[in-house]
Amino acid sequence: MNTAKLKLLWTVLMMVAGTAAADMVTIKGGSYRPLYLKKDTPLISVKPFQMDTLPVTNAEFAAFVQKYPQWQRGNVSSKQTEKGYLRHWVKNKTGYKPKAVDLKKPVTNVSWFAANAYCSAQGKRLPTIDQWEFVGQASATRINGTTEKNYNRTILDWYAEGNRQGLRDVGQGKPNYWGVYDMHGLIWEWTEDFNSSQLTSSAAEGSNLFCSGASAGSADPSDYAAFMRYGIRTSLQAKFVLNNLGFRCVR
Amino acid sequence: MKHHVLAALIASAFALTACDQKFEAKPEDTATSAASEQQADDSVAQGELPVIDAVMTQAPNVPPPIDRDYPAKVIVKMEVIEKVMKMADGVDYKYWTFGGDVPGKFIRVRQGDQVEVQFSNHPDSTVPHNVDFHGVTGPGGGAEGSFTAPGHTSTFSFKALQPGLYIYHCATAPVGMHIANGMYGLILVEPKEGLPKVDKEFYVVQGDFYTKGKYGETGLQPFDMEKAIKEEPEYVVFNGHVGAIAGDNALKANVGETVRIFVGNGGPNLVSSFHVIGEIFDTVRVEGGDLVNKNIQTTLVPAGGAAIVEFKLDVPGSFTLVDHSIFRAFNKGALGQLKVEGPANKEIYSGKLSDSVYQPEGGAIQTVPLTASEAARVAAGPAKAENKDDQIKLGQAIYNANCMACHGAEGKGVAGAFPPLAGSDYLNADPKRGIHAILRGVSGKVTVNGQEYNSVMPAVALNDEDAANVLTYVLNSFGNNGGQIHASDVAKERQSK
Repeated sequence: MNTAKLKLLWTVLMMVAGTAAADMVTIKGGSYRPLYLKKDTPLISVKPFQMDTLPVTNAEFAAFVQKYPQWQRGNVSSKQTEKGYLRHWVKNKTGYKPKAVDLKKPVTNVSWFAANAYCSAQGKRLPTIDQWEFVGQASATRINGTTEKNYNRTILDWYAEGNRQGLRDVGQGKPNYWGVYDMHGLIWEWTEDFNSSQLTSSAAEGSNLFCSGASAGSADPSDYAAFMRYGIRTSLQAKFVLNNLGFRCVR
Repeated sequence: MKHHVLAALIASAFALTACDQKFEAKPEDTATSAASEQQADDSVAQGELPVIDAVMTQAPNVPPPIDRDYPAKVIVKMEVIEKVMKMADGVDYKYWTFGGDVPGKFIRVRQGDQVEVQFSNHPDSTVPHNVDFHGVTGPGGGAEGSFTAPGHTSTFSFKALQPGLYIYHCATAPVGMHIANGMYGLILVEPKEGLPKVDKEFYVVQGDFYTKGKYGETGLQPFDMEKAIKEEPEYVVFNGHVGAIAGDNALKANVGETVRIFVGNGGPNLVSSFHVIGEIFDTVRVEGGDLVNKNIQTTLVPAGGAAIVEFKLDVPGSFTLVDHSIFRAFNKGALGQLKVEGPANKEIYSGKLSDSVYQPEGGAIQTVPLTASEAARVAAGPAKAENKDDQIKLGQAIYNANCMACHGAEGKGVAGAFPPLAGSDYLNADPKRGIHAILRGVSGKVTVNGQEYNSVMPAVALNDEDAANVLTYVLNSFGNNGGQIHASDVAKERQSK
């Protein structure tokens, strides 16, 4: 295969991969009880917003990088990302690109700065924790599906098997109540205010914080799926890049 | 080499002394004394400590005793790996591990050491992790200092202030889940003077596991939070897996050797009744601390705790390690083996000396034959009353066994509940009422000696002989009018409807 053909194939793949993922749906809004609220404190209200139905893919992020080369691997300042930024992309003549097999997989190994820049470039932004958690608690049939048996199971299946199989293409599972895919069981996702909650032992002093025992001040100590999400967010710094951390945008 | 380093340390301690007025030791007169070593231990600044990589071993192995009489800066490198491993034959589980297996590696440091923990979380991990050392004095036991996202390394340091055997475990939310997935291990802070020398040391940690499928259900078994909260594990195992220290993996030693087992309990929930079948622990360092107990059969190891047990091997054989909360051992996996080779000692343990037939009810083979009169008694069966006096005698025993509880030792009964048999006008008027009472019971109103009783006496399961005897006893006791009841009387009453 010659270079021109490869280039053509690349363009076609980009188009195929790029079209579906830009879909957004309206989240009506409502109220929810985040993990760190006690049972008698008021619920958090979430105003209506729009959310990407799918996590941002490698193909979409590649298109962004093409338009904004300052976010190409190798060009980003060490203050805005760690060394592992887009480490799963491969070098070609014009720079780094995702492997063809990864095009429809969620983009990972991106820092908060990069994710934030991507959403801004689309006229969107990263979801807040409240927005993400509100959508994340939906099951296939209910706005709040956290008490359904399979809710936690999806996350467990992910850590039980996900690493062995690697990342999947986005949108393979069932959408949730809102029509949003892959909220659980594929990747962790950046939020705008990812480091606004604490999971440290000295945090027991604050009313909306946790002790390391992870139950002081929590609404549901058995909601370990939520603990895992708050845990991963707390462990992050904005320049970190992780193999299993991606993002989606809201408006 | 060792002395050379020590000399250098002492020298540097004294160099410090010169600038530190609080330090009272006088270098010229204590250069070789134990006191000066103590001061060297306590006063050397961290930066001047020799730097040593910790020797860390996977269970059931233990790092060698510390051959050092001065403090050091010990580098402990820990790596978190999430991986699928075998829980039992055909059963897989996604373990979260310190260092690739359960328990995490054994860490051995010396009291007074400065321990630097370099804590790495593998890039493939799904979640952040950290470590809480029970041997650390400080908030979270190092949990905050080591809280680490996937693909990162955190470093923190602590001083091993107190000697003892301590659990370390992951303390990231949800803590119970991280522990339940296998994130625990032991660190020994060896006392400055060291532990007494033994021939073999082993590392065993108990843990309870909560799988969605029942014990033995095959396939990859996910963690079950509901069972964990209920504290109903499917598996209770030593060293992370069913059979981890049994069969080919058994601990091995020889007759005549002394053995020390560092026993930990990762939990998360169950407390262990640690026991070695066929051995008595010569010493137990209770909960891994300074208290030494001797001649112990079973020692309690708390969840998140430890114990050090020591014993000498006197005889060969397979000695089974169990949690003596025994259904865990035989139904949930808490079994290990210590295989001991060497010559037998028949005095300490004979083994089986003989096997002979046991026939408690007699039969063709009798090791001690009966005498002729004894044989006749066997043939005759239970004793029979030959006359009224015999009946009274035998009847008393039957009364004591069957009647006394309600009617009393003196036949006075209990007012309002059980009528008296003593001087009983009811019984004396018609002794056969007694037969009826024994065979069929009594219920409803009866009047005895002017008092009305309205209660229930159940029928008493006595044969004709015994019923006749007890009634004859009663009629001739307690101030009653006398008389005699024969077995044939009872039989006759029994026949009638």
